[in-house]
Amino acid sequence: MTTTEERPERSVPKPAFTDAEAGAKEFPDSGPSARHYNYFKPAKRKQTHYEDVTVEVQPDPRHYLTQGWIYGFADGSRGYPLTWTKLKAWGVDEPEPERGPGSGGKPVENWPAHGWHEFRDPNEEWELTMYRYNANVVRQINQNVENARNAKAFDQWSQNWVRFVERNVGAWMHIEHILGLYVFAANNRSGPTNMHNTAMAVNSEHKIRFAQDLALYNLTLTEEIEGFDGAAHLDAWNNDPAWQGARKVCEALPAIRDDWGESIFATNVVFEPLIGELFRSNLVMQVAARNGDYVTPTVVGAGEYDFDQRDLRWTVACFAPLTQDREFADHNKELMNGWLQHWVPQCLEAARTMQPLWSQADAKPPRFEDSLDKAKNRFAGILADLGLETPKELSQ
Amino acid sequence: MSRQSLAKAHQKIQELSWEPVYHEPYMKYGTDYTFRKAAKKDPLKQVLRSYFPMQEEKDNRVYGASDGAIRGNMFRQVQERWLEWQKLFLSIIPLPEISAARSMPMLFQAVPNPELHNGQAIQMIDEVRHSTIQQNLKRLYMNNYIDPAGFNNTLRNFHSDYCGTIGRQFAEGFITGDAITAASIYLTIVAETAFTNTLFVAMPAEAAANGDYLLPTVFHSVQSDESRHISNGYATLLMALSDEDNRQLLERDLRYAWWNNHRVVDAAIGTFIEYGTKDRRKDRESYAEMWRRWIYDDYYRSYLLPLEKYGLVIPHDLIEESWNQIWNKGYVHEVAQFFATGWLANYWRIDGMTDEDFEWFEYKYPGWYDKYGKWWENYNRLAKPNGHHPIVAEDVDYVYPHRCWTCMVPCLVREDMVVDQVDGQWRTYCHEACRWTDAEAFRPTYQGRETPNMGKLVGHREWETLYHGWNWADVVADMGFVRDDGKTMTAQPHLDLDPKKMWTLDHMRRMPHVASPNVILNEMSDSEREAFVEDYNKQGPAGRPAGIGGEALKS
Ligand SMILES: [Fe+2]
Ligand SMILES: [Fe+2]
Repeated sequence: MTTTEERPERSVPKPAFTDAEAGAKEFPDSGPSARHYNYFKPAKRKQTHYEDVTVEVQPDPRHYLTQGWIYGFADGSRGYPLTWTKLKAWGVDEPEPERGPGSGGKPVENWPAHGWHEFRDPNEEWELTMYRYNANVVRQINQNVENARNAKAFDQWSQNWVRFVERNVGAWMHIEHILGLYVFAANNRSGPTNMHNTAMAVNSEHKIRFAQDLALYNLTLTEEIEGFDGAAHLDAWNNDPAWQGARKVCEALPAIRDDWGESIFATNVVFEPLIGELFRSNLVMQVAARNGDYVTPTVVGAGEYDFDQRDLRWTVACFAPLTQDREFADHNKELMNGWLQHWVPQCLEAARTMQPLWSQADAKPPRFEDSLDKAKNRFAGILADLGLETPKELSQ
Repeated sequence: MSRQSLAKAHQKIQELSWEPVYHEPYMKYGTDYTFRKAAKKDPLKQVLRSYFPMQEEKDNRVYGASDGAIRGNMFRQVQERWLEWQKLFLSIIPLPEISAARSMPMLFQAVPNPELHNGQAIQMIDEVRHSTIQQNLKRLYMNNYIDPAGFNNTLRNFHSDYCGTIGRQFAEGFITGDAITAASIYLTIVAETAFTNTLFVAMPAEAAANGDYLLPTVFHSVQSDESRHISNGYATLLMALSDEDNRQLLERDLRYAWWNNHRVVDAAIGTFIEYGTKDRRKDRESYAEMWRRWIYDDYYRSYLLPLEKYGLVIPHDLIEESWNQIWNKGYVHEVAQFFATGWLANYWRIDGMTDEDFEWFEYKYPGWYDKYGKWWENYNRLAKPNGHHPIVAEDVDYVYPHRCWTCMVPCLVREDMVVDQVDGQWRTYCHEACRWTDAEAFRPTYQGRETPNMGKLVGHREWETLYHGWNWADVVADMGFVRDDGKTMTAQPHLDLDPKKMWTLDHMRRMPHVASPNVILNEMSDSEREAFVEDYNKQGPAGRPAGIGGEALKS
């Protein structure tokens, strides 16, 4: 016999018809023209979705911050000081509005008050785009590696090529990791606007992901290839003279004192083309196929794409306007030229210490000098995009 | 990824840990804490290969639900009483979220354990997600809800408004001052572990009861990232505890962080849940009941207490006092009443309480009606302009409160208010714990110990000061809380959108000028100030002037 148990009536909230839908009534602000974020001026005529979720989330006392910043560091600095880079954008030397008893809020009159707020990430990155992009990359890499595994593609690798990948492609993961965490993530606290800081955070994601892509690829190879030494990358990174130059200059980047502008500039404008692309594009991508390796270029190529299509784009959009700044163009150019003088020789010296890597594989890549020339040309092109002259140090 | 391969992958990426050889990284953010390289608990394992697709999948669900809500005409069933408070909440919360992202590198430098940095970097990415997904949710409300005013100028509002400034502690506090105090204790150990993890789950349930199932969709998705952050915080805390020199600082920071979180979060979320809802089922949990379960039992009893054996000094007294404030001293009711008193200084509409609400409050908080009922009846009586002023300028037995210099919530539990002369200025504090925070904790020495990295409480912390002597119409216009006809106010003390029932700047123009309580306090002689304190401490509950019988209602 079955009985239906009597249960007390379940307590649930009751839906009610409220008609609280757009357009249900007419009153001040009910129209379509009131339905957009109206506290900033978009960069172009049409306000973008990216701008809506990014602009002005980080306050600026020159805009609306009536009560000012409410926490300070021990040295008295507060919020996001514009002095955390020596670069300047127009308007920054204008004094902050002074507020006090009876002053009112002093909201911004001439938007955007200073030139830093003109920056927009050309990649328009926010959460939706960054997950889509990176999820696609890791899916693609997983598939490529999985296909290669199934096709026994690694069997064709020569001993020398195995050594090259375990040591050198392996060593590169450390550079991506250091730049990702200790340059890009580290500086996402320092930029003058939310647009800058989010762009740095997204750049950091690419780097950290790429470092892990390389580490996990290394793990797969350890499992797939008899005799592949998964710890050899540590030996190369710690002990191989061919890597110590790159390591030294890479470690110098997080040591830059208190200037997010120099950190990003030195990394994405100087280090990346002269060391990063030299190794990734002009060595690994050139030599792998000749040595029967069709897989490594797809893993490394993802990192190449990150830099070329995304990270360099925002960097140029960030720095190029500063060399044309209506108030501080000369100041900024002088500063950037100083950075070039400092970083270019170090990077070239490091590049030269990497030369032995060009002769390790059986099937040889292009000559080192040709690879370096390509990297230098690329670098000179980036400088031209930024409105900077090629420094004489480049001919060294 | 299988669990086994995840563990292997996680093991592998530890090989990335960086030990500098040629150059030490620049330490931009200081801390007075010290860390020996002690054995530590591993944080939650996470590798980006599985993280990115997992997050993308979560996104797909959130955006799918958003489309569904619009197609399904969700806004025909949304309670305006509820959604109006979202104009405040969603104006605040994207900044704390993005600030959490910005704070993570402060920990890279302060905590010399490279194994933790990976988890912190993933938290940084999560927080970019939270901030932008919330800005996006608000945009959706602006586009589809009947009244976009207050959403459309959201961040200007937030930056201009005193409630926004209170909320801003939950942002600047994460990223400024001693790196461990800010990014670890205040953000992770207290804000995330105690308050957001619990109440951001409780609040969405209330949203759903008010016809809004998008807020729960977004916030549950956000919340699902939180266990990683809690795990980061726990690992850091254990490391800090292993160094005895840190215990004094931990005790200081837990006291500050606990009390400040209680003051700020309970004020805001408490008000949303108790006064922003139309769900008056007797068996739905009150905020006090939620608090007891989520914060007292789950956080205090289950998370904090077990840490006592590792030497953590837990602020038992402040935790009990917070409960006392909520249960016996009406903290949430006092705050909601103050929000409603000052409706004209804000940018959302505040619905009055009805008989059904009264009944629910009396059932959940016996004695509520005798304290607050009369005032809310007056609020309804004065809701629509009819020759009178807004309630703040009418005689309804309510003394406009002074603000707490530290937490910036007014000193609403009147008997707890204390004054002190700090940095050459007389300041009022809502409670001794807030006085201690300003006068003793946020200082370069603490109990005789040098604390050179400790932050400072700065800024124009009393909002009224800035408008001292101003006409109210000018104040509202200056803040920008005006609709597109140039005169109707964004805020209203009722939900009727009939333009004839709405307050305008013309009504504000006739009001008495704004006067700053703090400016007046500093003009008092010593004896006047003593008399003021004595009187203030006798006021209440519900803001009653001293000597009109409120004494009997105090617990
Ligand atoms: Fe978050
Ligand atoms: Fe306080």
